[in-house]
Order: sequence, then structure tokens, then C-alpha cells
Amino acid sequence: MIINHPILGPRDSQEFTYLGDAALIDRPDWQAENAADQFHDYLYLRDNPAGEHRELWFHEQGDRSWLVVTRNTVTHEILNVELARDVARARGRSK
Amino acid sequence: MTDAVMNAGRVAFQADGSTGARKGVQVNRLDGGLIKGSKALTFTFDGKSYKGFEGDTLASALLANGVRLMGRSFKYHRPRGVLTSGSEEPNALVELRSGGRQEPNTRATVAELYDGLEANSQNRWPSLQHDFMAINDRFSNFLTAGFYYKTFMWPAAFWEKLYEPIIRKAAGLGSISFEADPDAYDKGFLHCDLLVIGAGPTGLMAALTAGRAGAQVIIADEDFLLGGRLNAETFGVGDLTGAAWVEQAQAELAAMPNVRVMPRTTIIGAFDHGIYGAVERVSDHVLAPEAGKPRQILWRIYSKRAMLAAGATERPIAFENNDRPGVMLAGAVRAYANRWAVTPDQTVAVFTNNDDGHRTAADLIAKGVKVTAVIDTRPDAPKVEGAELFAGAQVIDTKGRLGLEWARVRLANGTTRDVPCGALAVSGGWNPNVHLTCHQRGRPAWREDIAAFVPAGELPQNMSVAGAANGDFSTAAALRAGAEGAVAALSELGIETKAGDLPEAEDAPVNVTPFWYVKEGKGRAWLDQQNDVTVKDVKLAHQENFRSVEHLKRYTTLGMATDQGKTSNMGGLAIMAELAGKQIPEVGTTMFRPPYTPVSFGVMAGRSVGEEFRPTRKTPSHKWAEEQGAVFVEVGQWLRAQWFPKAGETHWRQSVDREVLQTRNSVGICDVTTLGKIDVQGKDAAEFLNKIYANAFAKLPVGKVRYGLMLREDGIAYDDGTAARFAEDHFVVTTTTANAVLVYRNMEFARQCLFPDMDVQLISTTEAWAQFAVAGPNARKLLQKVVDPEFDISNEAFPFMGCGEITVAGGCRARLFRISFSGELAYEIAVPTRYGDAMIRKLMEAGEEFGAVPYGTEALGVMRIEKGHAAGNELNGTTSALNLGMGKMVSKKKDCIGNTLSEREGMNQEDALKLVGFKPVNAADPVQAGAHLMNADGEVSAATDQGYITSAAYSPVLGCSIGIGFLKSGDSRKGEVIRAVNPLEGKEIQVEVVSAHFVDPEGERLRG
Repeated sequence: MIINHPILGPRDSQEFTYLGDAALIDRPDWQAENAADQFHDYLYLRDNPAGEHRELWFHEQGDRSWLVVTRNTVTHEILNVELARDVARARGRSK
Repeated sequence: MTDAVMNAGRVAFQADGSTGARKGVQVNRLDGGLIKGSKALTFTFDGKSYKGFEGDTLASALLANGVRLMGRSFKYHRPRGVLTSGSEEPNALVELRSGGRQEPNTRATVAELYDGLEANSQNRWPSLQHDFMAINDRFSNFLTAGFYYKTFMWPAAFWEKLYEPIIRKAAGLGSISFEADPDAYDKGFLHCDLLVIGAGPTGLMAALTAGRAGAQVIIADEDFLLGGRLNAETFGVGDLTGAAWVEQAQAELAAMPNVRVMPRTTIIGAFDHGIYGAVERVSDHVLAPEAGKPRQILWRIYSKRAMLAAGATERPIAFENNDRPGVMLAGAVRAYANRWAVTPDQTVAVFTNNDDGHRTAADLIAKGVKVTAVIDTRPDAPKVEGAELFAGAQVIDTKGRLGLEWARVRLANGTTRDVPCGALAVSGGWNPNVHLTCHQRGRPAWREDIAAFVPAGELPQNMSVAGAANGDFSTAAALRAGAEGAVAALSELGIETKAGDLPEAEDAPVNVTPFWYVKEGKGRAWLDQQNDVTVKDVKLAHQENFRSVEHLKRYTTLGMATDQGKTSNMGGLAIMAELAGKQIPEVGTTMFRPPYTPVSFGVMAGRSVGEEFRPTRKTPSHKWAEEQGAVFVEVGQWLRAQWFPKAGETHWRQSVDREVLQTRNSVGICDVTTLGKIDVQGKDAAEFLNKIYANAFAKLPVGKVRYGLMLREDGIAYDDGTAARFAEDHFVVTTTTANAVLVYRNMEFARQCLFPDMDVQLISTTEAWAQFAVAGPNARKLLQKVVDPEFDISNEAFPFMGCGEITVAGGCRARLFRISFSGELAYEIAVPTRYGDAMIRKLMEAGEEFGAVPYGTEALGVMRIEKGHAAGNELNGTTSALNLGMGKMVSKKKDCIGNTLSEREGMNQEDALKLVGFKPVNAADPVQAGAHLMNADGEVSAATDQGYITSAAYSPVLGCSIGIGFLKSGDSRKGEVIRAVNPLEGKEIQVEVVSAHFVDPEGERLRG
């Protein structure tokens, strides 16, 4: 596969390490009332879609960016690649 | 490109200056062809010597020499000859070469002949002519489809010891020599605008069109000769012969710097996003690779557009005893005659259901070969010149020992006729080579007019298909499709060009009436000759309800092994359709997966073999340690000194005990460079570490080090190390050797994905610093000789857990940490890696007066067990901070990775496992890591399990074996005597539960 890195352009997927669902960005608040349940869901429950999937890839053999790659799990078509940091900010993770 | 042309080995008969008159040089050699006639090559088959010519394959050379019998079949050991002239060959599999270069299951049809080639038949004993295992054939009723599943069911215990070894010995293909392959294999990467797969008329025309337009083009063909079927037919292109046109096209391509011509290169798979795998056979056509050249190269080709121009494969018709050596595909017979100037026999008959078979008859007759009959299943078969035609007839049986002698024909009028023939050329029509179109999600569609599957559905990204691979079988259609396909592909890339004038060529329509198998006859009609699958097997599978084609394949083995059913799948599923009362497209095809043809393990491995399997990382003191005669051990990719034997020491324990005692009594030095080091800088560095570590770091003063424990988000202990604060905004974190890469990755995850606006930067500096532990009562005295005098490292100025930036040896930049893994007064000193070698020599020199010893990983391990420090065995992915006795370290006042879930009930049971120490009651008993702990009395069972020992060692300080491990409620059971059991080895000893801190439990030494 080829991942179109937002900074470095098209790179071979061999340069990357795969983590999984980009939902891992949404780490719960430890002080929430039901924090334990939220962390349980966060850590153990995943969707397994046949189709579009937002997932985390780490450019380990490159610039060490974490990326959010939107990939069709059926066709492997890559629809979007974003810096995970930008995604995290957009999802309200700025302190 | 010139090399590529040379390598292509294109040698037309005109080129060598001879007339091509070679008839009778070998018994079945004809005149003409594209072989080089000037020099005969010598080769051996089963030890017998033969002659052939440059341009021959092993198969063509054997046929020229009158050898029809080339192998024995997989299951029944039936005598088999060559069926095809290409990579789809199911029968003629040989062991090529010998010794370390021996390669089993090589298709004789693609093995290029060279002087000194050595080949042996396989799957026969004692010889190809007299095969003892041919007795299997007598039991064929017993060995039908599914025989494994039915026969070897009972008794179950017999499978492993009796049935499987016998089956493995009896069935099977070639053998390997078990010697190391002496040759190198490489991997490479290529990029192009257009990848053209196949260099027949379609591919050549596409490459010419794209090349002329200035596009970056790669054209690859599995054959050593470009041209595809143009080499096998007598068709002209424009006013040139087919072969001459190919030569001209190749010369033009070779002159284009933007075109790379790759003969002997098979595109093995179509992968995501326009990436193709290719195997180039660089040296398979020579006796041994030239110096410095690999045998094969595995290429990864990144293409913007790809055109599949892989041609088509002919399919046979099944009839009784159609597997006799001499029964061949009609197109192959024609190829042998036209390209290789070989006829499989002096008398040939043709059996066909389409016009193409008639071409074989015509070409053979033109070459002076006697064609005894053309048997055409179609009642309205076209006329034949020079041979008897049986229209509306079928071959119902063949005869001949170890080779065909005659064929029995059922004529249209119902009578039979025996036709004498040493070869029978069979054509059941042609199947487009759709394989690569299916490597992603493509599913072929049935085209009634040509009675074949053509590419359809979702093709691999940016792939187009042209020519025979797309069902366009005539030369004119192929040239047109190649040119137009290239124009279309380039247009998508913004390169506008025109197809140009195309040369004239034959444009015959496909005229085929589907005919899959002859129904008459009680004997076996072979569908898949490689796997010995008959029409009857398919019927049996259907009868036993294996009705999906995928089930059919697995039950009967139809279409498996090296040829992947290239000549047999179609027949199998046509019969399946007939039995099920369905149309062929309703039945569908099995999946085609990479690789297209077999690939050697060698080329997959490339250079990653032996010591080069993975990188070897050496510590900065490696050279010095080698000089000391150190014994090394692999720790991940690292080589670390395990111990340093001294003269007179005959057992590793002697060396290790000495290293431990000398360190504890005076001073020892150990290279600890392999520990991961991560530089953490930024205004929020402390806050970031608070998130990463379970314990608190915000208040760590500058100039201090703290032990840190990292958890996984699920609360399990993950890694431990130290964090040293060099400035308000600068920490140096260490990790374990094993987790260096992973911890860094996870820290980057936390930084970028969880806390994206923290002002903190990370960089791995593991390789940047050489680091040495200096441990023992004389550690400070030793270091004071090395550290520059302006730095006070006295206990007062530089206490336990202190750290600082210093200089050594008169100005060399260094970092000093007062931390201890051994439990002794100890420091770790780091210098830039390039000074690592100088540093170890300096330290050892300074330590001479104290009798300083270097110590390796074994002594390191003994000392940490004596001190009760957790390492990988204790942080084993199942243990929590509570288990490790560090429960109180996990801060409840802050958020950190893992703390929320570490509070789960199940991880906080009252009788939770706790890390404690174990001493044998009988001092002579060895404590074993992995032993399970049981109460003093009662049964030994999983239900009564009390925990397990994680690490054990002989302690030279205590003079006995000791262990640490996890025991239920261990912290409140000190003094109790329990059992450590090892049921696997039938061992059981009594151990006393003690503190894990065997040596200096109060920690006085390390603070001294």
C-alpha cells in the first residue's frame, strides 16, 4: 500500500507501523463519573467495519508522525490522510 | 538497455548466418526455428548425456532427442510427458542442478538450456522407466478424491506415526539437497508510468506506443525471448515475419532511455495501489552466476498505470488415458515446431474443438511432419490439406507403454478407427490469462462467443487488460488493443499521444464449440495431471455434495500445487456445471492468488539470510570485549557480553561468580548502552512524564533521578526505567533494552494523539550515548580518577539518585547518574558513542588498582536477582504494580496511562500475587525459574497453585540458589516453607519465603 503522508507525500506502507482504530485518540476523562466503564469501552470495544475505517499509523521509519488514515478495509483504497495531532486537536484534546 | 537486449537472448535463425538446416541433428529436430544452430550444448537428464541448442528449453531439447517420458505423477506415479511449452506445465517437473543449487519442481518447459545443465526426474524409484511406486496406480479405486479423509480416519494414533510418513514418502514432488544455497538473491525497487505485463504483440505494441510518447515504461515477460505467440506461430506482422517484427520492436525499445525491457521476469502478483511483485531470473540460464551477480531479483514495481498483456493459455480436452507421454496441447506442439524446430514425434495426430487446432496440423505438415489425422469434435469442421479429417469425431482412448503409440477414435458414423501417432496435439480452446486481474477483487466473467472467462469486476487499481488476456485472440486485435490501451493509460496521466499506424496482421475470428470431456469410456480421463484428478473424481465430489468450486478444489486437489490448475481448472468447473445443471458462469471460478508461478524461498529472503537475517547491533565496548575473550549473547538485535572468562576458568559459573563477588567486594564495570534512552524536552516535559509514568514526576528536582514504572492502559505493568532531570525542561528517560522502540512509539502516541498541545519534544538517543555501569564499594574512587577534578562526586555533593552533566578525561562531555541495579554503590556514566571504546579502556585502566572486573549480562542478572529488582521475567505482561510490590507508587492524584483500569476489582484481590524471594530449605537444592508454588501440604494441581518463580540464579554471596517470583499474599507469608514444583521434570523442592531483597535489604550500600 502507499500512504500519502500529508507532509512527505506518497510513502510505502512498509515504513509505517499500524496501531488500530483512530478512536484510540478519544481517551476518556479519568475524573468522569463512570471513568472505569468509559476506559473499558475505550480499550476493549472496537468496530470492525467492512468499508471506511479511520485508523492510526506511525511513520516509524520516517518522520515519526502519527497519522490518521481513512482506509476502505475492503478495497484498501485510502481516502484521506491527516496528522493525528491535527485530528486530536480537532477532537478537543487541546489542554 | 543494451544489457537487457543481450540478456534477452534473442537469436533469430537468420542471425547466426546458418540456413537453419538442422533436420535430424537430433532425432526429432526440424529445420528453422529461433534456436541458434552454430553450437551444440551438452546437458544431462537422469545422468544420460544429450545435445541441444542455445534457445532451447530443457523440454524442447528433450523432445528433440526423442525423450517423451519426463516425470511420474504425484499420486499414481503414472508415466508423464510434457503437456505444454510454457509456465503452465503440470507434468514435466524436474530437479534442476545439484548440491546447494538443486531446485526441485522446476518446469522443464521454462528451464533455459545451457551447456552443462543437469536435470533429474523426480517422484520415481528406482528410475523413471521402472517406478516401484507405480503400484499405486493399481489401487486407484482406493485412492480417489478424498481418500485421505476417508481412509486414514482410524485409528487416530496411526496418523502421525504410520499413515502420514508413508503418504509423504509415496506422494510428493522433488527433493532438496539440504545444502546451503551458495548464490545471492537481491531485492529492488522500480517506478514507472506504465508497466506492461507480457511482451507478446499486445505488450510490445503498448510499450512502443508509450515509449514513443516519452513515458517511463517497464515491459516484463517471463520468457527469455520477447514476442509471446509471435515466436510460436507463422504469422507475419506487416511485411515482416512475426519474429523479425519482434526483433525490430525490441531494438527500438532498447534504444529508448525511458523504457526498461525485462525478459526472464515474471510479474507474480498485483498488490494494492499499483504495486507489482516481479521475479527476475538473472542467472538461472547459466551454469553459475557471474561473480557479483545474484541468481534472482525480487522487484517491487510502483506503477502509475499497468497493462496486463499476459496472453492466453490453451486448455486440453479430457478423454480416457489422455495422460500418456505424447499427448500435448496443440498450441505447444506448434510452438515446439515453429520456435524450437522440434516435433514431439515423427507422426502426430490432432484432436480439437476449434480452428486453432487446424493450425497445428498445417504448420507440422509444412515442416514435413506426418499428420496422421485431424479429429475435430465439430461435425462442420473446416477442411484440412494434407491430412485425413475426422469431423464430428472424438478420441476415446490411447495406447502405448511409457508413451503414446496410437489413439482410438470414435467416428461420426459410430465406428472406431485406431490412428497411429507418437504425439497427439489436443486443443479445447484458449483461456485468457486473467490471474493478475483477480489478485485484488476482480471476478472474471464468461464470454459465450469465445467460450472462456475474461477479466471483469473490480480490477486492481489502475490496471487495464489488452489482447488475448482480454479475449482478443487475433494478432491484429492484439496490436490494436496494445496501442489503444497505452494511449488511454497515458491520457489518464496527462500524456496525450496517438496510436499511430499499426502493421497489418492476421485477424482470424475465434471459432470454437465448447467441448470439455469425452463421455465414452470406463477408464480414467485426466483433468489435472499434476494432482492426478480425473473426471470421475469431480463426479464423486459432486455426488458427495462438494458443490462449490472452492470445495471441489480442496476435496479433489484439482488446481493445486505448482501449476495452480492453469490447464485444468476450466475443465473441472465445466464438468461441475454440467453435473449441477448450471451454466458455467453460475458455477464461477476459484480464486487466483499470488504468486502467478512458483517463487523460490531464496528470492523472498533476499539478503536476509544467516547472520544478515536481521541487523546485528554492537555495543560501543564490543571490540574491547572481544579482545578480552568475552562470550556474547543476543539480546534482541544487540550482541552483549554475557561473561568474561579468565584463564583457568572451565565453567561459565566460575566466571560469573567471580564477576559478582569482585563487583560486590571492589568494583565492576558493565556496558549498559543497550538500554533505551529518550530525550524529553519542553516546558511541559514534567507534566508529560506524569502522564506516561504511574508514579509522580512533577516535583522531581533538577539534578535528580527517579525510578519510573509505566503501565499499559489496561493497568498491567509495561516497562520500567529511570528519568533524570537535567533542567526544568529537560529529562533523560531510560527504558528496558527490549522495549526501547515500543516505549518511544507509545510516548509519541501519547504526545501527538492524546496531549497534542503539550510543549514537549521527544527523540531517541539510544545510539547517541555509550553508557557504562560502574558498581561496587570502590566505584567512586575509580570514577574520581576519570571525572575531571572540577566536578565533585563525593557522597555529599553527588548523593544517591543524583545526576549531572560533567566532563571526563580532560574535557570530554559526559553524563553521570548515581543509580544502581546491582544494589552496590554505583554510577552510570555516559559519553558520546564515539568515545565509548576509549571510555571502557579508560575505566578499566583507572580500575586496575582496585582489581576492577568487567561483568556481563549473567552477573548483571545474578546481582539484580540478589537485590530483588524486577526485569522482563517479572514485567511479563500479566503483572500489575500491586503484584510487583509497587502498588503504592501508582499515584491516585493524577491521570496517567493505566491508572484508571489498574483499580479494577479483579486486579486488586486480597490474595493477589506479590513479588517475594525464595531460598531452598536444603541449600544444595537448585531453585528453578518457571517452577510453580504449592502449599507445604496438599495436592499439586492448578486449583491449588499459589504462584510461580520468575527468576532464579546461584547467588555466590549467599552460597546457594535463590529465586524471586509471585506468591499469593506473598508479602505476608515470609518465613513459610512451601514447595516449588516442576511437574514436567518431576522435581519438587522445599523453599522458604523470604524478602526479595537478599542482599543489603536496607539499601545502605547504594547510599554509601
